[in-house]
Amino acid sequence: MVNTRVSLNDITLDNPVIAASGTFGYGHEFAELYDINCLGTFSFKGTTREPRYGNPTPRIAECPSGLINAIGLQNPGIDKVIGEEIPKIRQCFRKPVIANISGFSEDEYVQCVEKIDACPEVGWIEINISCPNVHGGGMAFGTTPEAAARITGLVRRVTKKPLWIKLSPNVTDIAAIARACEDAGADAISLINTIMGMRIDLKTRRPAVAGITGGLSGEAIRPVALRMVYQVYEAVKIPVVGIGGVSCAEDVLEMMLAGATAVQVGAANLVNPFACRDIVRDLPAVMEKYGITALTDIIGGAH
Amino acid sequence: MIQGQYLVRSNTPLTKSMMQLSLEGDTSAIKAPGQFVNIKLDGFYLRRPLSVCDWNENRITLLYKIVGDGTRALSRMVPGQSLDVLCGLGNGFMIDKGGKKPLLIGGGAGIAPMYGLGRVLLERGVEPTVVLGFNTREEIFYKREMEAAGLNVVVCTADGSFGAKGYPSDLMGELEHDYFYACGPEAMFRAIEAAARTSGQYSFEERMGCGFGACMGCTCRTKYGNKRICKDGPVLMREEVIW
Repeated sequence: MVNTRVSLNDITLDNPVIAASGTFGYGHEFAELYDINCLGTFSFKGTTREPRYGNPTPRIAECPSGLINAIGLQNPGIDKVIGEEIPKIRQCFRKPVIANISGFSEDEYVQCVEKIDACPEVGWIEINISCPNVHGGGMAFGTTPEAAARITGLVRRVTKKPLWIKLSPNVTDIAAIARACEDAGADAISLINTIMGMRIDLKTRRPAVAGITGGLSGEAIRPVALRMVYQVYEAVKIPVVGIGGVSCAEDVLEMMLAGATAVQVGAANLVNPFACRDIVRDLPAVMEKYGITALTDIIGGAH
Repeated sequence: MIQGQYLVRSNTPLTKSMMQLSLEGDTSAIKAPGQFVNIKLDGFYLRRPLSVCDWNENRITLLYKIVGDGTRALSRMVPGQSLDVLCGLGNGFMIDKGGKKPLLIGGGAGIAPMYGLGRVLLERGVEPTVVLGFNTREEIFYKREMEAAGLNVVVCTADGSFGAKGYPSDLMGELEHDYFYACGPEAMFRAIEAAARTSGQYSFEERMGCGFGACMGCTCRTKYGNKRICKDGPVLMREEVIW
């Protein structure tokens, strides 16, 4: 019998498989397909203070081994999320959930965190300072250590819940940014958000997505994510949550060997709606195959 | 929605660019004409959404146009091979809201769902007239199949090489109807919108990420709020569309 449990900020997860924000809605869409209580947990759709329509379409372009998205943080706004979506989450998910919060000003982040802090269903708050698809927000707060530390410090003051900062890979020194977040009071670092990219349609000679650039995700980015998880693991003492192209149980192990305590599954959910369920199902056998009895034994094992 | 392996039974050309694919597998998730399937192809990251042309207890007929590398790869599938398919996606046409003598307007590849819609309407005692629009005579497909199913079919071509010269919207004034269902290019929808004197439904196309409502890749604004073309659509009521 293998042990898949991991602990994140004193909350035990049955397994390290977390559905990533933006690929899992508010959970109930997937709960129609399978019992999502098999997951470690999930991070709900990036939520802002005001409702947002997002970018014009097309918002999606296929790439080799991945896709580019330029959704632009479409969401119903924090009040509706608390009033309508979280009650629906409670109907289909018994475990603590991760609230993913984004914003366009420091005030907006703080106000959203203050509101979500009152929700008992929320186990962790993941601050998205890494969305590449909005102007004047998201990633703008996450590309220097100073800006990342400032946001972290401000939201730290208004919540006692475990605070994760989700980092952008579109930076020169991710370890320095991770360290700045840790020093400012973060409880974990999750990485990576999507890598900025673009595609051009040969027929129209125009960018393939209306937002011109978008964020690349999927298996194509997994080596980049692994490298950055590896670097950040060496730079901080707080847990690292690995994100980027994870599609099967083997990928979970690889990410954990790089230093991840838990792993988020993103784009894979969009291709195979049962991806997370299948990874959780396959994990014990793959652990046995590689002689792993407890997942906690391999965190950072590649260092 | 269900996911499963579906066996290719046939995959044959209808015209230079249109193909007809017959799949065998579980069709229980298909509840209405106008729904779609989403097909995984080796070597392509995203699935390909294809409108259901018709279905029975264990077969699905799909008509698709070869437009890019994905549909070209699909066109090379041969009987006996299997495909990973998400089946029964989208809302489909809301036929309870339709009329007694509707027009079923299909333009180009948008003709596909009109076959299944026509069959279901006939079974319910509705008398639909199908209007098929093509650019030219060589592109015509499914006219005979529609007629064989007992449907009244009118064909028009943009260049006048077969049937009436012009677009389906040009015929709306002279064909008696009390409702319409349309699927095709957006330019055709705009022309229909200008000509229409009745209520109706449009089946939209949009680039999709997942096809089942998770990624927000295909959102559009409607008079009743934001909708996901893949999950809340692809069929929208005429009254809610913002042009």
